[in-house]
Amino acid sequence: MTDLIKETLSPPRSILSQNASQAFYRLLAALLICAALTLLSDSFLSLGNILNVLRQASLTFFIASGLTLVVLTAGLDLSVGANVALSACLAGTVIHQTGSPALGILTGLVVGGVVGFLNGFMVTALRIPSFIATYGMLWVLNGVTYWYMAGETVHGFPAGFRQIGSGYFLGLPVPVYLLLIFLAIGSLFAQRTIWGQEIYAIGANPVAARLSGIPVTRRLLLVYTVSGTMAGIASIIFLARLNSAEADIGESLTLPAIAAVLIGGASLFGGIGTVFGTFIGASILTLVLNGMNLLSISANWQPLVTGIIVIVAVWLDMKTRRSAQ
Amino acid sequence: MSVASPIAAPSPAPLLELRGISKEFPGVKALDDVSFAIHPGEVHMLLGENGAGKSSLMKILCGAYCADTGEFYYKGAKVAITSIADAQKLGIAVIFQEFSLVPFLDIAQNIFLGREPKGRLPGTIDRRKILADARRVLDTIGFDIDPSVIVDTLGVAQQQMVEIAKAISQNARILVMDEPTAALSDREAELLFALIARLKADGVAIVYISHRIAEVFALGDRITVLRDGRRIDNLRPADVTPDQLVRMMVGRNVDMTYPRHFAERPGELLLEVKGLSSTTGISDINIEVRRGEIVGLCGLVGSGRTEVARAIFGADSILEGEIIFDGQPVSGEPDIAARRGIALIPESRKSEGLALMRSVGDNLVVSALKKLFPSGLYDPRAAQRTADGLIRQLRIATPNARQTVGLLSGGNQQKVVIGKWLAAGAKLFIFDEPTRGIDIGAKAEIFALIDRLVAEGAAALMISSEQIEICHVCDRAYVMREGRVAGHLTRSELTEENIVRLGMHDA
Repeated sequence: MTDLIKETLSPPRSILSQNASQAFYRLLAALLICAALTLLSDSFLSLGNILNVLRQASLTFFIASGLTLVVLTAGLDLSVGANVALSACLAGTVIHQTGSPALGILTGLVVGGVVGFLNGFMVTALRIPSFIATYGMLWVLNGVTYWYMAGETVHGFPAGFRQIGSGYFLGLPVPVYLLLIFLAIGSLFAQRTIWGQEIYAIGANPVAARLSGIPVTRRLLLVYTVSGTMAGIASIIFLARLNSAEADIGESLTLPAIAAVLIGGASLFGGIGTVFGTFIGASILTLVLNGMNLLSISANWQPLVTGIIVIVAVWLDMKTRRSAQ
Repeated sequence: MSVASPIAAPSPAPLLELRGISKEFPGVKALDDVSFAIHPGEVHMLLGENGAGKSSLMKILCGAYCADTGEFYYKGAKVAITSIADAQKLGIAVIFQEFSLVPFLDIAQNIFLGREPKGRLPGTIDRRKILADARRVLDTIGFDIDPSVIVDTLGVAQQQMVEIAKAISQNARILVMDEPTAALSDREAELLFALIARLKADGVAIVYISHRIAEVFALGDRITVLRDGRRIDNLRPADVTPDQLVRMMVGRNVDMTYPRHFAERPGELLLEVKGLSSTTGISDINIEVRRGEIVGLCGLVGSGRTEVARAIFGADSILEGEIIFDGQPVSGEPDIAARRGIALIPESRKSEGLALMRSVGDNLVVSALKKLFPSGLYDPRAAQRTADGLIRQLRIATPNARQTVGLLSGGNQQKVVIGKWLAAGAKLFIFDEPTRGIDIGAKAEIFALIDRLVAEGAAALMISSEQIEICHVCDRAYVMREGRVAGHLTRSELTEENIVRLGMHDA
């Protein structure tokens, strides 16, 4: 009997099961928060509110899902928010000038992707630590965006385009569909493609990965490009939802995305984490903020609460990992 | 090696006695009722295969682990060792294989790290006193070096001396050394043995963990053999033969000569290296390897053997020359060499061969992903089947494929590294010190595996510092000296003397 208990309670022995149990506990935490909020607030458990939470979580998730891949390789992309700002401003301008949402969307994706590729180039070819390369990129992108926009705002887009951000389909917001689609694609990419496996291997030990015949440089380029492209996708959703863009929109996006990745259980040392975990992380973050709104707690407390959640989540992860060794 | 001569009969009272020590980890009984006594002025050899419980015992001794059950007696009085501070108070110091020195500080600062003599101003260090104190400690162990030298610039043997000096400065009376000669040359080992003799004469008790049977007889006053966490025997070197010791360690008879089925005639040419120079200092290397052959690559540590292996595999950049594999030139990054069928089994498997935090299964399939899943879609169940097959084929001792590879013993980890290249279908296996840190039983298995590989048409290029291994298993060998191939030895010329003669700098 005691053996059984010990076995049940003993931490999982490999990363695979660690990832699975991590995701499980996080889902549990998210559900507990939901239960608590249902008890505390009458308006929490309404379809409208839940959809609202998911829609809010979607923007953070789009940015954070690409970032998750970067973090899996033991890197960091601090330029995602600034990338969203530049991509959104350029995409918005293109839509305005050509009247073609398709061209605008393409612009957003290409700009995001190119920025990501440049990050990857700095990390691989120039061997600049990702933290520093993308931090520098953050300033460069901000500089370009502020110069280009010169204090102006682009706003007012075709109604069809705005459906991407604020429309409904069969009763659900369009961003929620996009969220589910990218959650599926991201999870399949990480868990069920050989590229995903190679990304985990690189994060776990980059030297061994290279000496195992993995083309590390190409995979890192891919990962940073994907992260940039996801920022581009986020920029389109952002543009379509707010119907406007200006140079400073990125500043409040990077840190919540990193928080979602960390709350989601990814390790900044690489090799550990899942896209699904990041989705849960983004959801927990949004749920808590939503709950605070419903309970009329001042928004001034939100950063503090976010910080505490990040620290506690990472601390719990490290604790379970240490005892697993 | 002349320290063996027994000094005065050891005092009957042990300095430290361990009784009935047990330690359990989830799923593993690391130590099971182990007892032994450490006497002042004695070298107590701790012998056992990897996974026998030596490291656990060592960590319990130094307070890093806490024993589940068991008692400690210090000079006959019962004591508790539950923390590193407890162990330090009893004068126990451990010299690990991985040194715990701060590379950018000098020798004196490292010796007195955390105990620096205070200077006149608060927060400062009395530089003159720390150097003088360090000088005195270094003198007691007979290590003639300037204590203001930065540790980073020292060789392995010198860093080890600094570690020992640090332990002595903390009044260590029990010195635990974990395979201290593993990274030393013969000459450096001699110096270490002289130091050990000196410490013995001062009444220091030494617990010495080793894989090398010769050292056990050269140094040991007492031997404790561990196997599967149990103490198999506790005896004196005079009462036992090397063969008996090996049998105690592995629990079965092991053929000390390695099995090898030499081919009647070599197969077709597989690897041809022509005039190769790389950025890491090797030049004009010419090597050929045929199918069915095991070709040795010998020479002193630092003669460029590893650099040749890395250049062939594409891990270092090539400056000049050509590598022709299976009739086609190969150049570029390791992924290209790997795809063509070249495998590198690096010397440091933990840092270069494996992703320690990942599972056995993940590590086994990592090089074969493209081959197993040509569509690019990864199927965990198919990967698991492949991994299970390799685990059975190579007899990797692991509960299952999901086990974290870092938890396996050295020999089994090495099998995983070899296994990943089997899965990838490699044709040329380049082994860099394939048996380093591996116990005798696993060594024989690794060699049997290499023998089988080449019998099936693959080829092997093998780097080893153990000349006896090269002589036993290789068809022929190249000997390197200062970044060049100094000579080639055919099967009949392959003797330890010839290898040493060709590899020496003044030959």
